[in-house]
Formats: sequence, structure tokens, C-alpha cells
Amino acid sequence: MSDTFQRLTRHEIACRVASDIPDGSYVNLGIGAPTEVADCLPEGVTIILHTENGLLGMGPKPEPGKEDIDLMNAGKQYVTALPGAAFFHHADSFAMMRGGHLDYCVLGAYQVSTTGDIANWSTGSKTAIPAVGGAMDLAIGAKSVFVMMDLFTKKGGCKLVESCTMPLTGIACVKRIYTDCATFDITPEGVVASSLAPGLTHAALEGLCGLTFRHPA
Amino acid sequence: MNKIRSSLPDALAGITDGATIMIGGFGDAGTPFELIDALAELGATNLTIISNNAGTGEEGIAKLIKLGRVSRIVCSFPRQPNATAFDARYLAGELTLDLVPQGNLAERIRAAGAGIGAFFTPTGFGTALAEGKETRKINGRDYVLEYPIFADYALIKARRGDAHGNLVYHETARNFGPVMATAAKCTIAQVAEVVPVGAIDPEIVVTPGIFVKRVVEVRPHSAAREG
Repeated sequence: MSDTFQRLTRHEIACRVASDIPDGSYVNLGIGAPTEVADCLPEGVTIILHTENGLLGMGPKPEPGKEDIDLMNAGKQYVTALPGAAFFHHADSFAMMRGGHLDYCVLGAYQVSTTGDIANWSTGSKTAIPAVGGAMDLAIGAKSVFVMMDLFTKKGGCKLVESCTMPLTGIACVKRIYTDCATFDITPEGVVASSLAPGLTHAALEGLCGLTFRHPA
Repeated sequence: MNKIRSSLPDALAGITDGATIMIGGFGDAGTPFELIDALAELGATNLTIISNNAGTGEEGIAKLIKLGRVSRIVCSFPRQPNATAFDARYLAGELTLDLVPQGNLAERIRAAGAGIGAFFTPTGFGTALAEGKETRKINGRDYVLEYPIFADYALIKARRGDAHGNLVYHETARNFGPVMATAAKCTIAQVAEVVPVGAIDPEIVVTPGIFVKRVVEVRPHSAAREG
């Protein structure tokens, strides 16, 4: 498609997510693009990052030479533990999700439906090695589940769909989707499109997606 | 009471073909590589392995798979960079995979250790991984019935242990260790340091010794494996 509007960069999307997370929140950032949200958190706020392999209070990657094999994130990258951090075992870690203790999680996705279903663990390919990790637990595991993704695939297919065609990760669990074109809120009355990219109109967005969106109240 | 074993083979004594074995670790953190190496040397085969991952490269669980010792693996995330051993045997149909969402894996192991007969969890409801499973709507929310996962043995890694089997861990290397320790008939812990009984402050014991049958000291041999 030919763009007549200015898409947001991944960093700009991440900063939109970060600006909506209030001071004092407990947050899990999914593997991939969502980890960039950590780089956008405003100064002076205390956001406690959770990683499902057993750490609250996750900090940035260590300085070169200071890597510690026992201190990593869910993506198996080296991280640090901030003052006030806590370590715990896996059952406790997932109790924090399943039990509704986490305020937000931010996930990547292959597809999200207009009713908040998410598909992000398998493309459905028969030859791929199936692997789910914590995706299904995270999808239902926070008070608010946000998705951060490009709105379209590289081939131009819209990833916001009426009904997911890829294997589901969770049902009716996504609350808000941050994309390079707009932000979408999943509501009982339909999908609300807001914060459209510069130069993009509501009607043009609907046309690109083949969907009807509500205007923000 | 002395649960300390003087060598890795001693620690693994009794493991036979067909055993079901939990192995702690998340990626490399908390993976008891030396116990796994010793298990490979022991030669037991037709094993069922329960672990979060299926090993990377040719180390750890990947080594057991490459040697053809594993017939079934229960895990959440077998897909890893260079996990060629798993990929080859799985795609050839020589290895049965039971894929379990990570939180369900942890909780099913916990349930086994805690004497819970089964539990309803929201994770996975409506997905392919809950197909054929009993479901129930409770207070308006949909749940899937999941059963405990038991094992004959658990191989875990901890930072320090004593002759009573009390353990403390190190950072995110704790991961599955404490729950696996409760769910196996025989939990074997490799620890970086054996300390005298009484040296671990009871207030900070993470795994009480009742859950641990054998402790073997494996001193870190490089900075890369410290902990």
C-alpha cells in the first residue's frame, strides 16, 4: 500500500505504551518489541518490572563483562536486579499473573480480534516446532493486557481481524492495541480507534483494515 | 541424617530405563548440567523428561536427546537456537512432545507436590492446548481442568545445601527448583557449596530438607557457570 501518512516507529509506539502505565504499577513486558517499553518509562516514576522466570524489579542489561548466567529475563537475555528486587520460584511467579496481581502486561501478537482474542504463540505451520512458553498464562494474566504490534504484516495483511485464523493464545483478554497506525481499545460496543498516525484519517484507517471503528468519546 | 553424596554417580544411583525425571532450569539458569552429564554417562534410556526447555546446542537435555535417551518430553518451550537434537528427533517422530503452558507446567508440578488431585485454571481455555480437556465455568469465568505432574526423580541446582537437604538458590536460577523438589519421589540437588547443618539461617531456607533426598556438591568450574 502507498503510505500518505507517517507511521510511528517502534520506539514511538513503545513510548505511547509507557505513557499510559501509571506510577507504582507492576508490569510484565513480553519478549520482543514490548521490551522496548522499558526504555521509555519516564524518569521519577517507579514501575516494577516482572519477568516470569522469577524476578520482580528487573533492571536494564548489565555492563559488558558484568553478565551473570543466573540473572536473565524470559527471553534469556542477561539483565540486572534493581534495589528492592525479589526472586521467587516459578509457581509463585505465575500465581502473580494468574492471580491478578500484575497490573499490566504488554505482548506482541500475530493477530488480535475485534473482541480481544489474541494469537501470538504459533503461526499454525505444520513443520514448525511448537513452543508456547508463558504466552497463554500472560494473555490471561494481568488486570490489563496490552498488545504492541505493527498493524499490518510485511505482506500488507491487517493483524487486527474480526476473527483470528491463527491458533489462539487467549480469548477476549486484550484491552488495548498499540500500533504504528493507531491505538485501538476493545470495548463491548466495538473497537475504538484513537491517536491516529499523522496524516491518517479515520475513514482511511477503516478502509485499510476493512473494519469499522468507533470514534473516541 | 546425612543426605550428602560424594559423587555424581552416587547421587544418581538407582535411575533406571523408563524413569520419569524432572530437570530444573530456565535456559541455562538453574540447569544442573553436571547431573545431566552424569545421567548421560549412566546410560538410562526411554526416559520421560519434564523441564521448561529441551536444551540448547548439544548441552544439557539436548545431549540426552541426541544420545537417544529420551522418549517423551513435557515442556513449555522446546524451540531454542541450535536445538538441532530436539528438532531432528521430534520431526522424525522419535520423540513425543507434551506441550504445556509454562504456568500450567509449574502449577501442575506444584499440585503434585502439594497433594492436589487436579485444579481448574483459566490458562489455555479455548486454545488448542486445552482440546479434549474438561472445562467448567466458575463465577462467570471459564477454566480448564489440569492434573498434577509427578516424577520419579527431580534433578535441580541450588547455591547452597546442607546434610539435611535444606537449599537456598541463586537469583533467577531458582525457577522450577523449589516446585520440582516437592513433586518427585527422589529429589537430587547439585549445589555449588555444601555447608554445615546450621549454617543456613532457617529464615532464608527456600526448599526445606524434607523435599530433598540427596545433595551433591559441584563447585563452579568457571565464572560462566557460577552459582
